[in-house]
Formats: sequence, C-alpha cells, structure tokens
Amino acid sequence: MSAAQQVLFDLPGPRARRRHLIGGVIGSALCLGLLGVAMVRVAEQGQFEAAKWLPFTESQSWQFYLLPGLLATMRAAAVAIVMSMVLGIVLAMMRMSDIAPLRWATSVFVEFFRAVPVLIMMIFTWVMLVKNPTLREASASLGIQSSDVTFVAVVTGLVLYNSSVICEVVRNGVTSLPAGQREAGLSIGLSPSQVRRLILVPQALTAMLPALVSQIVVITKDSALGYIITYPELVSRTRQLGSANANTFVAYLVVALIFILLNWAITKAAEWLEARQRRRRRTPTPRGVPPVTMETAAPADSLDIPERRP
Amino acid sequence: VLELIEQFNVFGAFWLNIRLAAVSFVLAMVLGTVVAILRLAPVSVLNWFGSTYVTLLRNTPLTLIIVFANLGLWAQLGIDMVPRDRPNFILENNFWLAVLGLTVYHAAFICEAIRSGVNTVPVGQAEAARSIGLTFPQSLREVILPQAFRGAITPIGNVLIALIKNTTVAVAIGNREIAYAMRNMIEFRPDAGLLIFLLVAIGFVILTLPVGLLTSWLSTRLAVKR
Repeated sequence: MSAAQQVLFDLPGPRARRRHLIGGVIGSALCLGLLGVAMVRVAEQGQFEAAKWLPFTESQSWQFYLLPGLLATMRAAAVAIVMSMVLGIVLAMMRMSDIAPLRWATSVFVEFFRAVPVLIMMIFTWVMLVKNPTLREASASLGIQSSDVTFVAVVTGLVLYNSSVICEVVRNGVTSLPAGQREAGLSIGLSPSQVRRLILVPQALTAMLPALVSQIVVITKDSALGYIITYPELVSRTRQLGSANANTFVAYLVVALIFILLNWAITKAAEWLEARQRRRRRTPTPRGVPPVTMETAAPADSLDIPERRP
Repeated sequence: VLELIEQFNVFGAFWLNIRLAAVSFVLAMVLGTVVAILRLAPVSVLNWFGSTYVTLLRNTPLTLIIVFANLGLWAQLGIDMVPRDRPNFILENNFWLAVLGLTVYHAAFICEAIRSGVNTVPVGQAEAARSIGLTFPQSLREVILPQAFRGAITPIGNVLIALIKNTTVAVAIGNREIAYAMRNMIEFRPDAGLLIFLLVAIGFVILTLPVGLLTSWLSTRLAVKR
C-alpha cells in the first residue's frame, strides 16, 4: 500500500477485501469495456489489418522516415538540453548575485520567459529569421543555412524557456541547503561569489539532479512543437510516412510508443538517481567523530592531540 | 500596432485560447479526478489502470496527441465532434478536437496534482480520526479530504497555468488562436516583429499571472497549520 492509501484506507479485513474484489472486478470490467469498444470501432475501420502495420517491418520506413525524424528530435533536444543547463546555471548565479540591478534584470528575464508559451517563442524566432531582413542577413553571416532556420528556432524556444526553469530549480536547490554551508564558506574567508560557485551551486546541482533529469523529458516532449514550424522531426516525418502508406492512425500509435518508451526510460533514470541519493543521505554521521558532549569533550590540556577514541 | 490588433483580431484570437483553456480545464478536472480515484483506490488492478493512463499520456508530446486527434481520429476514423451540417463545421470540429487532446493530456497531470494533495496529509491525521471513532466516510469528509484539497490547490494551479500556455499548440490543427494570429502579423509586418511578440507575451502574462497569484493566496490562506 502506498503512503496515500495508508491515509485513506484502513488495512482491509475479510469483508473489506471481498468488497474490494467486487469493486476491482466491476472497475476492471468498465475500463476494459471502454477499451474494448474503442478497439472494436477502430477494427471496424480496418486499422488492425496487416497492410496497415506491414510498413513498419520494412527497412525503408525506418531508413527514410522514422530514424531521420527521431534523429532530428534527439538532435534538437540534445542541443537544447546542454545549452539550457549551462544558461540555467549562469542565470541562477546572476539571480543570486550581490549586484542588485543584475539580480532584478535576471528576475524579469526568468519570470518573463517562464510565462510565455514555448511555441510562441519558436514561431517568433522562425518567422523573424525568415522575414525580417536585418535578422536574415545576420543569421546568413553567422553561417546559418536556410534549411537550418527551423532547427535554430526550435532550439531557441526550448532554451529560453527551459533555462529559466532550470535557473529556478538550481535556486530552489541552493535555498534548501543548510545555512551552515554558506556560513562555513564565508568564515574560512571565501567571498560570497566564491561560496556560491564552489560550495552552494555544486551541492544544489547534486541535490536537484532528479529534477534536472525530469526536465529532460519536458525538453524532449516540447521538441515535438517543431512540427508546427515545419522542423522535420519525428511527428512531421510520421505524417509523411502515414500519408505515403495511408496508415496515419497506426503510424502515430507506433510513434507515440517510441516517445513513451524514450521518456519513460528517462523518468526511470531520474527515479533511480533519487533513490540512490536518498540511500546516500541516510548514511549515519561521519565515522571517527564522536558526538561532543560535556563528558567526552576534550580536556583543555590535550588540545594538540585530540583524543578521538577513548 | 493598434491597427494591427484590429486587423488581425488579436482579442478574438486570445478569446479562443481562453475558451480552449476553460473548457479543457473543466473536462480535465473531471477526467483527472476519475483517474485519481482509480489510482488511489484500495484495489491494485484499478491502481494499475490509473497509473498506466498517467504514464502513457504524460510521456507523449501534446503536439502528437493533438495532431493524432485530427489526422488519426477525425481524418482516418471519421469521428466528428460536432454534426457535419454546422455552418462552421471545420472550425468547430477542430476546436473540439483540440479540447479533446488538451483534456486527455492534462487529465494525467491533474490526477498527479490530486494525488500529491492527498500525500500531504500525514498518516497521523487518519489515525487520529479513526481513534476518536469517526466512520470511514466521516473521517474522509471531515478530516482527510479538506486537507487534501488544500494541498492540491497549488499543483492544480500550476497545471492550469501550463494548460493556458499549451492552448497555443491547438494551432497545429488549424485553430485560429493567438499563435496563428501572431505568425500572420509578423509575416505582414516583419519590421514590428519584436513589438508584436511582446504584445502576445504580455497577453500571456496577463492570463497566467492572476492564476498564480490566486492559487498562492488561496494556499497560504487555507494552509493547514502543522
């Protein structure tokens, strides 16, 4: 029984267990019934015929549609992940800086880009890169081919949003650290920015690693928005594949499965990291340092050689 | 810019986003509560159904779901959301297909929000309720659900904010909402692009900010002292 269920329900006795069995049978019948009706309707349309599924056993579908699409999705996601992580950490440093105007400017930046939909930023970058003469020249001089414009737009949208989110994640991590970490750093003579750079942010990153890994799922999912701005990623490739074989319905089911497996694996990795960290944090106080009490406190005359083990 | 707003019907476009968000939110709340009940039920088969739904829907991109609703459900299976003889059949049908996609996607998140609300209630509360002799429905009604509801306010507010922003994805299947209007406006006046972007962005800040303020006000006001 999970924690939530412990709050809601008592441990079942024989009668409750019988009731649960009946409820389980009825509930499962309802769920399966709904699923069955949907399946029958889909089957009536001939979606389960072998011809609709056979294209996925041919290498062409994978070679020309699905794998290039998956590669494009992963490429945009990977570039966006790396850039958002770096920019997010920089933003977090800036938002915790001692220079007030820098702090304010970063706050405005972060809050603004967290409130604006990713798609709006993508469309803006895309249309501007194509239509605005100054920007078009600027991007051409940077060596951006016209075929890469959609890629740039996808990555820009993803990075602006996700770096703002990661900035907040890192900042939350820093606030959740014990105050003693900062105080100890300051007391050994580090400057506030050194304390942040050397002590607080590294620890915050480790503590927030699961949250950062789940942000990767968000980035991978949002890279599918590239479909709307004609970036040839997995969803748009699937559309082409579907219309080539007249099996759009089936093609999208298969691709949804690819996305689910991919993201599910990343989620599992995040959960594994979290469990590992919990295990580590549970280790007892460092060995060799006996608790300091009145009785065991070192006598004043043995300061040079602290007696560790009685 | 003012004439641009009028020419491209910015308010009408935003109004479509608001309608999409409102209808989808209500439906997602209903569906999400059902899934949450499945996930929290004391029967492990039902738990399995609930968590399967959440795993499947939460890991699929919203774009894929909405495009699938249009190309898969409507174009291939021929599922009409509104009667075909309506004058604006295509537009209305796309609206409801987008609502369908937004609803099933966000229901998974609503379910998780409700579950995390229930998780904020310490087990001691339930034990105390039982030990003073409350029956199961009484302890649920008087002790557990009021606290769980308060714990769920903030996460549900976060889902609503995400939902408002995600209504822009409806443009993928030809809904003439703000992303569509913005694209046309910038294509028409590329020189004023930044201004148009800021206008749309501020529109979203105006839409999402009250939700955030309201939920944080509510959750501090109704916070359970522990």
